Amino acid sequence: MAERRIWQMIAALLALGILLLPLSQALFGLRLTYTVRVVALGGSLLGALSGAVGCFAVLRRESLLGDALSHAALPGVAIGFLLAGRQLGALLVGAGIASWLGLRLAAAIMRTTRIKQDAALGIVLASFFAAGIALLTTIQSLPDASQAGLDSFIFGQAAAIIESDIALLGSVGMAVIVVLVLLWKEFKLLTFDVDFATAGGLRASLLDALLSALIVVTIVLGLQLAGVILMVGMLIAPAIAARQWTHSLEQMVVLAAALGAFAGGSGAVISALDSDIPTGPMIIVVAFALVLLSIMLAPGRGLLWGRLRQRENSRQFRSRRLEPGA
Amino acid sequence: MPDSGEMALVIDDLTVAYDQKPAIWDIDLEVPQGALMAIVGPNGAGKSTLIKAALNLIPRAAGSVLFHGESYAAARRLVGYVPQRGSVDWDFPTSALDVVTMGLYGKLGWLRRPGRHERAKALAALEQVGLLDCAGRQISQLSGGQQQRAFLARALVQDAQIYFMDEPFAAVDAITEAAIVNILRELNKRGRTVLVVHHDLQTVPEYFDWLTLLNVEVVASGRTCQVFTLDNLQKTYGGRVASLHGGQMLAAGG
Repeated sequence: MAERRIWQMIAALLALGILLLPLSQALFGLRLTYTVRVVALGGSLLGALSGAVGCFAVLRRESLLGDALSHAALPGVAIGFLLAGRQLGALLVGAGIASWLGLRLAAAIMRTTRIKQDAALGIVLASFFAAGIALLTTIQSLPDASQAGLDSFIFGQAAAIIESDIALLGSVGMAVIVVLVLLWKEFKLLTFDVDFATAGGLRASLLDALLSALIVVTIVLGLQLAGVILMVGMLIAPAIAARQWTHSLEQMVVLAAALGAFAGGSGAVISALDSDIPTGPMIIVVAFALVLLSIMLAPGRGLLWGRLRQRENSRQFRSRRLEPGA
Repeated sequence: MPDSGEMALVIDDLTVAYDQKPAIWDIDLEVPQGALMAIVGPNGAGKSTLIKAALNLIPRAAGSVLFHGESYAAARRLVGYVPQRGSVDWDFPTSALDVVTMGLYGKLGWLRRPGRHERAKALAALEQVGLLDCAGRQISQLSGGQQQRAFLARALVQDAQIYFMDEPFAAVDAITEAAIVNILRELNKRGRTVLVVHHDLQTVPEYFDWLTLLNVEVVASGRTCQVFTLDNLQKTYGGRVASLHGGQMLAAGG
């Protein structure tokens, strides 16, 4: 029963998402330029991907790891530029490598020293991000016009997205989803109970690295749109919102993808209404509005729900206590 | 020392160290097939460490472990595992039935999905531990004892030859304790070997026919009737064991 409701909710979200462009055209007089369409499509594709992948980051309690990894990508962008010039592919490969190095470094710090996870992630986040900013500032002073806008990777710049970027996002994102689907039960068991998985013969360290790689790839794909600082929001907000509504991992992941796509698309549309509204941050604002709504309203887990139940309970207890005495 | 047939588990010179200090030291242990063995010792004695090292979950400093004469890598399908209940996040979005089905993932292998056959097996195991009514329930809505039984059911569907159970009796209600004991006896009747990390000295002679007393090193190991003596217990718990009338034993603070 509850299951059906969630699937209906997902369908409604998707329908609303598809109607988003024509609706906002009719209601708010949005001009459906080519750029708006491309950015809205990019936003929803990224939202769907990061929503699905982000569920595993959240359930593994690795939200902060996601944040550290996206910050750690910045020096990679700069080095990619220095080596290959302003080609998106080179920049993203650089970002991915830097992010992966950040991951290995955090793991090495935790393994070889007594420094705990939060501090290790802090070290990686701050040092990589600082190095990235320093490199970008240096590049900025180079006598070459092509470096302009490289700093858009910090906050993201959706307007710069073009059709070929969407193709990249779509194809690589699809590959990530395919891996996620194929290794579904392995990832699920790894996330729930790593000791049992290992004892049962699962190659836990390999799967762990693979899942981390999927998270890194997702982060890298989102950098252009959301930027290194806010990318973590894309990763965790849809997952947190989806978790409030359902108790099944399958539904959580699909719902998070739908919520992410909705946030990505509608954030892009809202920012298109006024040229002063930045797209990346707007998407994140919408995503966290969905989180807030879910935490308040979701049946069973929601705060509002809890309050109502509490009031109902105490009312019942009071009337029951009065009965025998009276 | 052991008197029955083949050895289900042979541990030789096993040592594990955390930060230079050994957690378990030079463990030699032979467990005959079909034994129902308790591993007992004070806190910090290395009971969980012993199990985890045997199952390759933590690195060994030295030593070897053989399951029915084979290394762990070759014998994985023979081994079932019940981790400590507190080792997972019970708020994970999944149902009791789903958790039990996880015990079949290893047999399914890569890429294949659990189907009707797996569902039937998992439901049968849930029935065996008295949780059939809770099959569809989210795992955070299960009581502590029910969660423990779900873990036990997950191990049962593994259909293993040797079971390792890490404190299955910790903080469970009487119903769950009885259910676990029934399962242990059932496994024992079917000739399976079961090793259980256990805390309650009073129930040792009642529940287990074999006993290993552990305090970093093996103090004594063998049939419960021979090993469960005041002298051995005092060696294990450092003299903090009082003998009560009627032969009952109590570990102070244990």
